[in-house]
Amino acid sequence: MSLLTDVRAPAPAVLPRLLGDAGMRAAGRARPVRRGALTTMLDAAGLRGRGGAGFPVAAKVRAVRRATGLRRPVVVANGVESEPLSHKDALLLRSFPHLVLDGLTLLAHEVGATRAYLGVAAGAVEVDDVTAALHRRPRDVEVEVVEVPHRYVASESSALLSWIDGGAAVPYVRPPWEAERGVGGRPTLVHNVETLAQVALLAYYGVHWFRAVGQPDEPGTFLLTVDGAVATRGVYEVAAGTPLADVLERAGVALDADTAVLTGGYLGRWLRGAAVRSASVSRAGMDAAGGALGAGVVHVLPPESCPLAETARVATYLAEQSAGQCGPCRYGLAALAEAMRALAWWPDADAQAANRIRRWGEMVKGRGACRHPDGAGGFLVSAVDAFADHVDGHVGHGACAAAARELRSAR
Amino acid sequence: MSGAWEVRVDPIECAGHLLCVELLPERLRVDDWGYPMVDGRPVSGELLAHARRAAAACPTLALRLNRRETGKEAERG
Ligand SMILES: Cc1cc2nc3c(=O)[nH]c(=O)nc-3n(C[C@H](O)[C@H](O)[C@H](O)COP(=O)(O)O)c2cc1C
Ligand code: SF4
Ligand code: SF4
Repeated sequence: MSLLTDVRAPAPAVLPRLLGDAGMRAAGRARPVRRGALTTMLDAAGLRGRGGAGFPVAAKVRAVRRATGLRRPVVVANGVESEPLSHKDALLLRSFPHLVLDGLTLLAHEVGATRAYLGVAAGAVEVDDVTAALHRRPRDVEVEVVEVPHRYVASESSALLSWIDGGAAVPYVRPPWEAERGVGGRPTLVHNVETLAQVALLAYYGVHWFRAVGQPDEPGTFLLTVDGAVATRGVYEVAAGTPLADVLERAGVALDADTAVLTGGYLGRWLRGAAVRSASVSRAGMDAAGGALGAGVVHVLPPESCPLAETARVATYLAEQSAGQCGPCRYGLAALAEAMRALAWWPDADAQAANRIRRWGEMVKGRGACRHPDGAGGFLVSAVDAFADHVDGHVGHGACAAAARELRSAR
Repeated sequence: MSGAWEVRVDPIECAGHLLCVELLPERLRVDDWGYPMVDGRPVSGELLAHARRAAAACPTLALRLNRRETGKEAERG
């Protein structure tokens, strides 16, 4: 096969790839790959999912192929992007819909699916972009665009499958795993749209090209949504392993000992000061620094705002966005949000508030049908850890001026 | 074969009656909101009978007794 060396391929180390020349040239030109060969390539490339959980794509593909007896499997593209701080998936669907659809088609062939779904936020402009793109493609795989209601957890994989099946857009308890029984009871492969675009690049340019940037254990590039107190906001494509400080420098941020960055998204982790400097853009590089790669969010906290007040605002949102089906998520996130609001705004925030948040953050872990409580709890614990000095200030002297200002402006 | 069992709570079905915690305190604790937490340790021998009774007593059938499957986790994503 000529997949490993393509003379038309742009130099692999030239970035952006997905959002640059390489993506532009490959888009809409997916060549069929012999059944089974793509799984081998996915393995060799070490590609992991970009929707947050970071699971190896090859393993998911294999699980679906194993489960496919007489039932034809289904492939689902997750382009819902309910994370309010993330815009990478919308950008991909708007600017490179064919690359996403190439990946979707390739994976459909690989598992033997003839039917696929593409979930997009209801009413989003991307609906038109992908619909237009679909009209210009062969119909070997029937792709239906599904508009998904606006709720944070509606884009969690089981909620998305339930919605496609005509049910409510809320998560369900697994097992059965999606790979065994998903849409219409069929084995179902669910992938984030950035993952699909990466699959298309990999199939077009080959493993060698794919692995030429990034790191041995996490090759390739990541899309990041860089926003907040930055000079140049936008979606950046960076090689895995790039220091977070370099990304921030590119965005025009002057790092100091106090710079605080929310990494991963609302279900992610706060990083501050030295931790920001020690982080790099990969799952391992973020985890080691106490951050999270998550959905690729890098949001810089404006220096004039109160981190506790910001966190309390997000905590309130996350508690409201719980599907409310699981007791520990429903009551646990409500309790966590209340404790965070107390810390941020009450004049008599007590010294135990931070410990209560740590205790409850731990207590909600693994207690729901989906990972919403795990992410929310981890996010809140990271706030009281990263901003311990602010916590002490609020406990000793009540809400700071910034928190009070934020409360007034929210009314 | 007898050692490989574990208790699980279906978080959607569980209504927090806590009958289970009374019947199986060896593996279940109550959280701060009145819902049972499993500790994840396997259930075997004499305890298995207690676990079966607790599962049967759950009004919503939310307490499940499963064969401990290893390697299954690897398929989630
Ligand atoms: C609360 C919650 C929200 C999620 N929202 C999204 C989302 O908007 N888009 C997405 O691709 N994955 C989202 N996920 C992850 C999906 O459940 C799933 O893991 C992912 O779509 C699989 O794709 P991947 O393997 O390509 O990463 C969410 C997960 C949780 C727990
Ligand atoms: S854990 Fe929370 S968000 Fe997830 S299904 Fe249960 S109630 Fe809904
Ligand atoms: S008895 Fe059943 S419903 Fe009640 S707390 Fe235990 S698992 Fe939940």
